[in-house]
Amino acid sequence: MAVKNIMIVGVGGQGTLLTSRILGGLATAGGYDVKLSEVHGMAQRGGSVVTFVRYGEKVAEPIVEEGQADVLIAFERLEALRYAHFLKKDGAMIVNDWRIDPIPVVIGAAEYPEGIIETLKKDHKVYTVDATEESKKLGNPRVFNLIVLGIAAQHMDFTKEEWYDVIERTVPPKTIEINKKAFDVGYHLV
Amino acid sequence: MSDKKRVIMLGNEAIARGAYEAGVKVSAAYPGTPSTEISEYLVQYKDDLYCEWSPNEKVATEVAIGASVSGVRAMSCMKHVGFNVAADPAYTVSYMGVNGGLVIVVADDPGLYSSQNEQDTRMAARAAQLPVLEPSDSSEAKEFMKLAFELSEQFDRPFVFRTTTRLAHSQGVVELGERRKIVDKPYEKNIRRTVMMPANAKLRHVEIEKKNLELAMAANTLAVNRVEMKDTKIGVITSGIPYQYVKEALPEASVLKLGMVNPLPKNLIKEFASKVEKLYIVEELDPVIEEQVKSWGVEAAGKELFTVQGEYSANMIRRAILREEPDIAVPAKVPVRPPILCPGCPHRSVYYVVKKLNLHVAGDIGCYTLGAVAPLCVVDTTICMGASISSLHGMEKAKGKDYIKNWVAAIGDSTFLHTGVNSLMNMVYNNGTGTVLILDNSTTGMTGHQDHAATGRTLQGDPTYAIDIPALCRSIGVKNVTEVNAFDLEALERVIREETAKDEVSVIITKTPCVLLSKGKKPLYTACEDKCKKCGMCMKPGCPAMTKRENGTIRIDDTMCTGCGLCKDLCKFGAIELVKAGDR
Repeated sequence: MAVKNIMIVGVGGQGTLLTSRILGGLATAGGYDVKLSEVHGMAQRGGSVVTFVRYGEKVAEPIVEEGQADVLIAFERLEALRYAHFLKKDGAMIVNDWRIDPIPVVIGAAEYPEGIIETLKKDHKVYTVDATEESKKLGNPRVFNLIVLGIAAQHMDFTKEEWYDVIERTVPPKTIEINKKAFDVGYHLV
Repeated sequence: MSDKKRVIMLGNEAIARGAYEAGVKVSAAYPGTPSTEISEYLVQYKDDLYCEWSPNEKVATEVAIGASVSGVRAMSCMKHVGFNVAADPAYTVSYMGVNGGLVIVVADDPGLYSSQNEQDTRMAARAAQLPVLEPSDSSEAKEFMKLAFELSEQFDRPFVFRTTTRLAHSQGVVELGERRKIVDKPYEKNIRRTVMMPANAKLRHVEIEKKNLELAMAANTLAVNRVEMKDTKIGVITSGIPYQYVKEALPEASVLKLGMVNPLPKNLIKEFASKVEKLYIVEELDPVIEEQVKSWGVEAAGKELFTVQGEYSANMIRRAILREEPDIAVPAKVPVRPPILCPGCPHRSVYYVVKKLNLHVAGDIGCYTLGAVAPLCVVDTTICMGASISSLHGMEKAKGKDYIKNWVAAIGDSTFLHTGVNSLMNMVYNNGTGTVLILDNSTTGMTGHQDHAATGRTLQGDPTYAIDIPALCRSIGVKNVTEVNAFDLEALERVIREETAKDEVSVIITKTPCVLLSKGKKPLYTACEDKCKKCGMCMKPGCPAMTKRENGTIRIDDTMCTGCGLCKDLCKFGAIELVKAGDR
């Protein structure tokens, strides 16, 4: 199969690392060659964070370049807009419809763009969810990533059982059940 | 596929695994992005090896050298700028050679994701005459570590193991191997080899020139220097992560992939060059391979097509070599999202007071460098680890003690113990009068919370003596040492005013743990819409959890707020109310 390119974008501290580990574990268990590229260090402090996941028969570079992403998973909508040009023309975008103001907006030096989702929908296949609100309903606002991943799962090559397996292996033991529940919420939204 | 266990590993994890499999017995490091996780992964093998956080990279490298001299395989790990700190022992151990294999792992940061410069370790290693291995993915990272130790012992050379951020922080599939049983070598006293005084070093210099020549000859047939002969129209010499971009962009081209980038395999390169029509050299950062290859009279294209800055990509290679312009949509124009101090960060509170008092800040390396970012913009200088205190002292000696009455040095606890303490000694010794803020958050913050000599815990998780920073400052002669809670605005303001006015060295320690370490239940605050007068006071420190409603009143994002209460303390109208008390 051709190499599949996934991108996860968000704001430092939103758990993109955990998400990429889940995807990496999933693709490895599936027997694929896998490469992932993460951001650690300074950029994690509230900055714009992007993680790349690539899997297939043989993967060379660990990054996804502009115009090459099959699936773009965005944990915040401004970040979805920032990286939209990385998506392939027929790629799918899954967006957590959530707003975190970057510091230029907080201090009034810039405006948070209006109508991001509508703008994105003009050129792309976009699936949105207010995962932060949905996860609060589940009682843990931190599991919102798994809701978004649940939707993304519909655009990838793995069975629900394979997803469950990797969730069980990756998240802290005490949170396995709630993370699986969150995954289900996303999985059945589409 | 073999039946060996196949796992996905971060580059840094693979380096740690490689060290384990190579039979390493001692490792020492100071945290620094992108090298930090090597030690954090290595500690899982603590039953078989010893690893530690040292206070700085020089100490770490000397610990590793000592272990090597005694006869075991040893390593130190650091980021590229850490190698500058370790340069002193590194340049001289190059003359000494090794007993047990010795590897210095250095992580470069093309693109400056988390660094103050973009220096190329291959340059420094060449200057130190140290051989360099450079892997291009996790699997090679693990295998090359084992090779580095073997070559180190075979050729009696300490090795530099060079990685970059992209290698260190990308994951790839790795097959696990067993740990090699390496028998400790005996230590035999040999003054000529291990006492680097002039007469001995002079002889060792001759010796290592010979060894390096032998290694350069061996490099021609070393398996990690690999020719992948395909179409001969385009030939590329490359190494490390750029190799992957070359394979992506030019799958049909012939490639000479170098695993050892110093010394270079001259014959192999000349032979490869003679077989291809057009030769390109693709290397991130400095033209280290290119300049050498061109100096041999080999025609090649390199930095006339490629930049010396930042990371490369397959698209960059397509543009430069194939003259292809990939069809890419125009990126949307959106506000930037730079890194910032976290909500609830104790540094924010301290900097708010420093800004209020109109003080300049000689800054240092750590999360608190982010005090230079709007809206705080309080930090005036950031150079390298420990430079806050010494550069403030330099300003005083240049312009007099009154000139620095509206300056402070700001340095974190880990950075203070790294090299700041030397600068403070200097300030005391040379009759300085500066005021130093030690922003003590009880951890090495920016790199992801590593222990250090004042936390009371080692890398291996053992309890230990926690260096008493106030007592340390007093013992080196600082008479004015004050401890203040970082969130006590009133006390902070008073103490900073008093101490900066004095004609003596002062140290103010703002002791409040990093907010990310706090496990307690967060207090919950809310901004009361009817009481808010839209004065903007609470927005001044630039907390990312504070946003404005459409009508201009303040709203607190409860998913981000950590309940530090700084905004509440700044609101004169009582508009910020405690909804639920927490443990802090």
